[in-house]
Amino acid sequence: MELGFLVGSIVKIGAILAYLYGLLWVLGHKKWWVKIVGIAAAFTVIQLGLTVVIGGNTLLNDFDSGLLFQAASMTMVALGLNLIYGFNGQFSLGQWGFYGIGAYAAADVTFRWTHGDSRGLIVLGVGAILGGLVLLGINKWLSRYRGVPVMSAFAFYLVGSILVGIVAVGIGNAVDPSIAPLLGSQAEPGPLTQGAWMQIVYFLAVIFAGVFAAEISFLLGIPVLSLGSDYFGIATLGFTIVVNTLMVNSDTILPFPEMKGGRGMIGIPKLTTWFWAFFFMVLVIIIMRNIIHSSTGRTILSVREDETAAKAMGIDIANTKLLAFVIGSLFAGIGGGVYAHYIGFLSPKTFDFLPGFNPMIIVVFGGLGSMTGTIAASFAWIFFLEGMLRVLLSQFGTDAPTWRFVLYPIAILLLMLLKPQGLLGKVEWGFLKAPIVKAREIFSKPVETTSGQ
Amino acid sequence: MQPATVSQSTGTEFRKHNPPLKWVGQVFLAAVALVAIYILGRNLILGPRIFAQFVISGLQLGFVYALIALGYTMVYGIVKLINFAHGDVFMVGAFTSYYLVERFSLHVWPAAVFPTMNDTLVVVIGTISVIIFAMLICVLLAVTIERVAYKPLRDAPRIAALITAIGVSFFLEYYGALNFVYTPRFIPFMRPFEVAAWYIDPSGIHNIVQGTAPPDNAVTFSNILIIIMITSILVQIFLQFLVRRTKMGIAMRAVSFDKPTARLMGINVDQVISFTFAIGAAFAGLGGVLYAIAYSSINTQMGILPGLKAFVAAVLGGIGSIPGAFVGALIMGQAEALTMGLISTPMRDAVAFTILIFVLLIRPTGIFGEPENEKA
Repeated sequence: MELGFLVGSIVKIGAILAYLYGLLWVLGHKKWWVKIVGIAAAFTVIQLGLTVVIGGNTLLNDFDSGLLFQAASMTMVALGLNLIYGFNGQFSLGQWGFYGIGAYAAADVTFRWTHGDSRGLIVLGVGAILGGLVLLGINKWLSRYRGVPVMSAFAFYLVGSILVGIVAVGIGNAVDPSIAPLLGSQAEPGPLTQGAWMQIVYFLAVIFAGVFAAEISFLLGIPVLSLGSDYFGIATLGFTIVVNTLMVNSDTILPFPEMKGGRGMIGIPKLTTWFWAFFFMVLVIIIMRNIIHSSTGRTILSVREDETAAKAMGIDIANTKLLAFVIGSLFAGIGGGVYAHYIGFLSPKTFDFLPGFNPMIIVVFGGLGSMTGTIAASFAWIFFLEGMLRVLLSQFGTDAPTWRFVLYPIAILLLMLLKPQGLLGKVEWGFLKAPIVKAREIFSKPVETTSGQ
Repeated sequence: MQPATVSQSTGTEFRKHNPPLKWVGQVFLAAVALVAIYILGRNLILGPRIFAQFVISGLQLGFVYALIALGYTMVYGIVKLINFAHGDVFMVGAFTSYYLVERFSLHVWPAAVFPTMNDTLVVVIGTISVIIFAMLICVLLAVTIERVAYKPLRDAPRIAALITAIGVSFFLEYYGALNFVYTPRFIPFMRPFEVAAWYIDPSGIHNIVQGTAPPDNAVTFSNILIIIMITSILVQIFLQFLVRRTKMGIAMRAVSFDKPTARLMGINVDQVISFTFAIGAAFAGLGGVLYAIAYSSINTQMGILPGLKAFVAAVLGGIGSIPGAFVGALIMGQAEALTMGLISTPMRDAVAFTILIFVLLIRPTGIFGEPENEKA
């Protein structure tokens, strides 16, 4: 029995890795129609597994499909962390906090929407868009002065975001009465809470939640990124703890009674289908890959390799770090939104800082600075942990979850002792490889000469 | 001689850079400080007795943090590793003392061996032997952890050792939570001695008689606070002596300054590192016993947050500096107790970490830290 589970988990992990390899290969194919057909096929394979019923059960049972969705959202979180830590070298333990912010923000929007309250979407949307514009505007304005002290910059950004928040809440309260009748109530859904509308609201909620998490990370990053590496780690860990504290007290300290504080938020509409999970995951993978293999990505890498040399090359260190941090948190926020709408229940316990080490462990396992490693490790890690739990359940009964965390650190220890560089090192598959630019293509272009020579 | 004159003759001194918009940051900081002073001052004037009571509970917390922070600051100063397992060594210290007191009644052994002994003396010797035993167990544990988990990774990337530290921390927490090891539940801790409490009011210090309430305008404190304070200060003095005066201390400072050179000078670096871990663990164990005595409820996950706070305290005071860890821990204890009392209980972590961020922004190496050049 146990051996069956064990073999089953190994086979599952192997199948998932093959699937990911295929997906990345297809994404990296040169012909555009192969890409589209391939992506559609990759989507359909799992979708069929989730829907086709054979002998009263779907091909992929609820347990496995749950793991798939979790792994998809974990992939986004871990990719974001890999951008921050693996590629930019900033030891961040705050990723879990941004994941939680994304999850709670997105869940709050759709929850309110289905309960006849449109303010969630409007406030978050206006706040995210306006906040982004204001923060960028202040950034642009401050860049005219050279060497503005961190504290001053932070004061400007803080005041700006507080103003944006006030404006957003004002707009939300003003617009809500005209939309609320269209939403109906939970018992009698109105026209805007059904079908395609709901999908649009879900999409917007996840995106806005991601942007919101990114803006928070911007505000946090301004003061914190200027600290040294380990200090940065501790400060971001503190951020995760603070976010978790706020979640536990979301109905007392924060004005969100629907989040129900430490009891956990229930009744979130389960809107994440495999389509959305797959869509967001592939989107994040594509964005990530295109960032890394662009000049921005090389800037980010250069900051990791040698800050002094990068500075000498004219790279703005502070802004580059901030950029990587914000994009990484954006991914985490999106992952959180996807997770919240799959699971339908959010508990502050999920976003405690202890599981917050998981993305870091995944990134290190997969290999720092390897996108493939991160993606593969996210899937393999979740299936490994749950497979281990199943094996242990048959052996130890109710003690199994504890036993899992006794054996899991031993696995970590062995892996770190045997392979400190991570499983895949710097290997990349298919799509994620650096594009090969042939020498001929470079030299065949006419060399631009400056005039006046 | 020559270079100095050259630089003088060329006269290319850098113009002192005056950053633009600096006043905004200063105004912002001043505003934050004013809010903090306002909250503190208002409460101090409105309820000086309650304020003093919070300060006392903050002292108790701070001195325990100081004991844990010492291990963090010394280990980080020497191997540049955030030893996440340190908080769990603290937990093991508390649990060891629990079993020594509860199962083996070690705290009354002098009475069993010498029946005619004075009761006070029995309690004192018993408690001290419990503490020493717990410290020994912690030292053994920490040295084992160091040998098994950290030593093989000394030349690997730093993150590998850090992940290992997290792994060890997980292992200790969950292995302890197994039913046949400790237990996942909270256990009430039996104190090895009776608690005596006093109160201070304008007429002086009085003993609190069991069953009677102290008067309204009095501030109470117990013998636990005094024990923790005295122990913590003694440990501080001992460590100062160890690091400044002994051969091992000189070796420790040398290793933390420059490992390869220290090795060339004939210092056994591995031994020094093990010794550092051992010393840190001993005081973490001591802290664990005192924490359990003070708060009388223990759990396998009790070490996580105090450990983290102690690390923050070490960073706050300037990591690598022993007086810094002490001062930082006292600040953290005060911040936590005052926030709990005056603002709201859940905000205590938020305030602690906000203080950390502000202090690091103003003094990047902490209060007592020496300015370091990141890249020469």
